[in-house]
Amino acid sequence: MDTLYRGLTQANLKSSPRLWAGFAIPGTVWLTVLFVIPFYAVACVAFGTIDPIFRDAVPQWSPLSWDFVQAKQIFTSLATGPLRGVAIRTVIYVVCAMTLCFIIGFPIAYFLARHAGKHKLLLLVLIIVPFWVNYLMRMLAWVNLLSVDGLFTRFMRNFGINYNWLDGSPITVTLGLVYGYIPFLILPLYATLERLDWRLVDAARDLGAKPRQAFRLVTLPMSKAGLVAAGILIALPMFGDYYTNDLLSRSPSTEMIGNQIDFFLNASTQPQNGALLVLALSLFLLLFMSFYLRSTRQQSRQVTR
Amino acid sequence: MSNTTKRRGSPLAFVIWGYIIWSLVPVIIAVVYSFNDGRSRTVWQGFSLRWWITDPYASIFRNDETQNAISNSLVLAFTTLVVVTPLGIALAIGSQRIRGRSANFVQGLTSAPLITPEIVVGAALLLTFTRLFTAVPLGFVAQLLGNVTFALASVVVIVRARLVSIGASFEEAARDLGATRWQALRFVLLPMLWPSVMASLVVVFATVIDDFVITSFLSAGVGSETVPLRIYSSVRGGATPALNALATLLVLTSFTVLIIGLFGLSTWRKRQGERGGLRAALADVTRMDS
Repeated sequence: MDTLYRGLTQANLKSSPRLWAGFAIPGTVWLTVLFVIPFYAVACVAFGTIDPIFRDAVPQWSPLSWDFVQAKQIFTSLATGPLRGVAIRTVIYVVCAMTLCFIIGFPIAYFLARHAGKHKLLLLVLIIVPFWVNYLMRMLAWVNLLSVDGLFTRFMRNFGINYNWLDGSPITVTLGLVYGYIPFLILPLYATLERLDWRLVDAARDLGAKPRQAFRLVTLPMSKAGLVAAGILIALPMFGDYYTNDLLSRSPSTEMIGNQIDFFLNASTQPQNGALLVLALSLFLLLFMSFYLRSTRQQSRQVTR
Repeated sequence: MSNTTKRRGSPLAFVIWGYIIWSLVPVIIAVVYSFNDGRSRTVWQGFSLRWWITDPYASIFRNDETQNAISNSLVLAFTTLVVVTPLGIALAIGSQRIRGRSANFVQGLTSAPLITPEIVVGAALLLTFTRLFTAVPLGFVAQLLGNVTFALASVVVIVRARLVSIGASFEEAARDLGATRWQALRFVLLPMLWPSVMASLVVVFATVIDDFVITSFLSAGVGSETVPLRIYSSVRGGATPALNALATLLVLTSFTVLIIGLFGLSTWRKRQGERGGLRAALADVTRMDS
């Protein structure tokens, strides 16, 4: 009887992993077919050849016959050639936009987490609203305001500022990125700061630390992982952005890497270049992604501890 | 103590109200101009409903192409929901409970789409559908597959968070009382997952209805044009305030779904005697804890 019982429970324990695996299989297969394999397809197009007559990209499905001539050309172009300007511009715009996002977003998240008081829910709702307003609508709103006879342009004219906002202005593009992505920074920042143990900050203050010292030596180190994760979370889509630029500037002088990808894949006959740029961008971003995954894993470990 | 807290907080209060004005007023102005009587999106010429309903050709509810875009958007959003919800729930349960090396692989795979820029996913799928899986035509089918792939990760994140907070004890209790593993899952766990399912329905609907990049990369001309695509292609042209009206409609749609979802979530929580109310519901739909 006893052995029978033991046999039954063991069978049960053994059969359940298979059950859970069965639950995970459909989704895993889906993601393998439509997320992992597509990356391979990108590589096969990127390292493929070009049809000599039709000039179209011919993917090479076997890595053994991959051809790196075009890849070398694109990477040289990114490093020293005509695409260099685009690469540098992308980094500069994203770094500037990120800095501004933190300068504006951190005090807001901090206030929400610590000093919001009885209006907290109202403020939280108002902060979340832009999160749910369509990105295109928010850009459209600024296109209307910044166009030649737009309200903002007319308003600025009163101060003698007559600036062509929507005609290839790096300022507009950078501020557009800030406007577009800052809601996605504020919420995770708030979530991080809300979770902090503020008693430690109070303790530092009680022990004689000045507010600035307490901030630098206690608040910042405690929230660092969350801040970095939140920053990466908006840096990734910003690096791949092309629509903000397209809507607010449309000028080659402000083009980012995303615009080049969009151009090569959707408007030109050189999809191979597009595929190569997608690969280059992914490799560059892989750095941030692995960092992000590591820091969130660390965070969840801290929470569960 | 509370006095000093307040004093330190007050310049920050300025920043926060300034931010709220900055982030909302331009949108409100755009909404107001959808009721402009003239053709301009920037100079006010009196109130009218011509771009919404009264103009027989150019108003959004009577223009054929706009109607086509609206129905494309809705069909895409609902079919994506139908496919992604069961897929995501199963993947969340499975990926949380399997162990070993395959568990790491599955977990990495499910979180990767969440942090991959949309342009990369869109470009990769475009190349895949035009060169590898050529049986999949660009247009609705490709857009559906793309949106499910991108939305799957958010369903998994939301449902998995709920699974973690539920824990294993309820199911174990049911098993001790004689339920089979399947019965425990069906009658104990699934009903408890309901708020996360509702939250993911809301999040996925809003993501898909607003999606521009993937839907645009995988579109095939006018036949698969959605509302965001239509807005995008006319923002910088000489479009009439009908454009503002269409964008307003899009915002209204996602807010309606959001409010229904929040209302449903907080009543469910109240009925179940769970704490949190509106704030917990807000956290559910903004993935603040992801």
